[in-house]
Amino acid sequence: MSGVRRYARAATAATSVAGISLQEATQFIWLEADLLDSQDYMAWLALWTGEGRYVIPVDRAGDDHADRLNVVYDDRAMREARVQRLQSGLSMSASPSARTVRTVSRFRVLREHKDGTHLRCAQHLVEYKYDRTRMLAADVTYRLVRAEAQAGTGIAIHEKVVRLINSDDALFGMGYLL
Amino acid sequence: MTVQPAPRPATDPSPPAAPDFGSLVREDRVHTSLYTDPRIFATEMDKIFANTWVWVAHASEIPAPGNFKTAHVGTQPVIVTRAPDGRVHVLLNRCRHRAGSVCEQRAGKASVFVCPYHGWSYDLTGRLRGVPHASGYDASFDKKDFPLVNLRVEEYAGLIFATLRADIQPLEAHLGRACKWIDLFMKQGAGFPIKAGGAHRFRFRGNWKIQLENTTDAYHFPIVHRSFLTSLDGETEKVFDVLGQGGWVEDLGNGHSVMVMIPDLVDLEHNLEAPIPERFQALADELALEHPPEQVRRIVRAVGGSGFNVNIFPNIACSMAFFRVLRPVAVDETEITHMVITMDGGPPAANRARLRLHEHFQGPMGFGSPDDAEGWERVQRGAAAGTDLWVMLNRGKERDVSAETGMRAAYQMWRRMMMA
Repeated sequence: MSGVRRYARAATAATSVAGISLQEATQFIWLEADLLDSQDYMAWLALWTGEGRYVIPVDRAGDDHADRLNVVYDDRAMREARVQRLQSGLSMSASPSARTVRTVSRFRVLREHKDGTHLRCAQHLVEYKYDRTRMLAADVTYRLVRAEAQAGTGIAIHEKVVRLINSDDALFGMGYLL
Repeated sequence: MTVQPAPRPATDPSPPAAPDFGSLVREDRVHTSLYTDPRIFATEMDKIFANTWVWVAHASEIPAPGNFKTAHVGTQPVIVTRAPDGRVHVLLNRCRHRAGSVCEQRAGKASVFVCPYHGWSYDLTGRLRGVPHASGYDASFDKKDFPLVNLRVEEYAGLIFATLRADIQPLEAHLGRACKWIDLFMKQGAGFPIKAGGAHRFRFRGNWKIQLENTTDAYHFPIVHRSFLTSLDGETEKVFDVLGQGGWVEDLGNGHSVMVMIPDLVDLEHNLEAPIPERFQALADELALEHPPEQVRRIVRAVGGSGFNVNIFPNIACSMAFFRVLRPVAVDETEITHMVITMDGGPPAANRARLRLHEHFQGPMGFGSPDDAEGWERVQRGAAAGTDLWVMLNRGKERDVSAETGMRAAYQMWRRMMMA
């Protein structure tokens, strides 16, 4: 988006042809959840394709996110800027952020492709800061693609859409990633 | 050894005397209890929110007959409807039988609101239409006696306000000198009608006046929003140097104020010959494919919004590129809505740019709002200490954008209304 400072790029992961099993996808998503709870954001950035889109819509219905208001609608530059901000030490909501613990389950493959998979799962996240513990629940859809250049996983995120169950109601400031 | 608890008094002790509101607000400071005392909050709902014009909707949210949205006047839930004749009604969301809410949707289209408890139904003007098993009432029962309560409604420049008072001055007189600034603000439609195109909502644990102050507080911007500023390219960062551009704050009367942060962006129809900023060049190129050069310049100049916040006491601000609505929930809880503004029928590329700019700063995971919310919660937490201390509003002189002039204006209105 205009106005956002561009940061140095990692090499774009190349995609190839080989499907992703549910077990592989599940292990990959658990890895991502662990990276987010431990705030290893640089490792998280490396999980994405160059064109990958990270979306948290306000409206749970529909897929035309570009023409609606979202909580998050990040291309690569915005993801990198977001991580930079959370780790800058200049944001009081992120320094420190709430602590988070999340579990991801109820995996269901929506569609398999020759080079990837589209699946939906449930995420429960508990956050704690000051004297308050709160929960956020969401349906999360992933488009995962085979990416040989990805060290360790061989998988990359092409799209992640987090639909909070209360996405159109009053939320609260979050200094971490969903 | 056991210690017997002190015997409880047979009745609760009589409550302490009501606060002396006049002594809690001085020219340059307000007492900490304004953030923390539940008795003051209850009185505010009565003396302020039930006694003045309260913003409830933008006209574009209910464009056609049958459209409605729900909102609040203070802590009272209301429904804002557009009736078949095009007129706007604001109705207390409470069945006249046994008080059930008759609408629980945020927005929608309807011809009738039915209480789910005993089935009383009301039309869009609030008229009671149907009462099931009406034979159970005696002959004196008349449906005309039990409409949904209608508030008084007036509109200025698409901003719809309601009041529980029949006898206060008309809206335009109440807005007074703020009208000029509202007119300037609406120029960001760039020739298209303004459309409220979606909203972020979030709550924070703090008093509503902490947010009221914030929209007229330029002083915090480079401190609280350093991580936002750092995310910008150099040219855009200069645009958001809100303390360094000769801005100012003006008391507009009746608690309203304007804070001008970017004087160059006061009138979006002036200076159309200025070069297109680099950050909008790609957008300008895209618009140029379908629009004449003058229109491209007008849209691009308006796309980032106005260079000022106009704060309307007590619950709405037209803030740079969006509407900020505050809703008091409890003495220490407030709900904020940030409504994005788009151009109704405008170029999709320009509207997408507006959506992305809004997402960048606003909302629960924006680069700005979470830090604001954290700051406001820190004020409420800190206000638990030093309950005899004062909150200082003594900063600033004439023509200083970081002066606390707007807050002083709002609190003088608060004092006037609380003592009335």
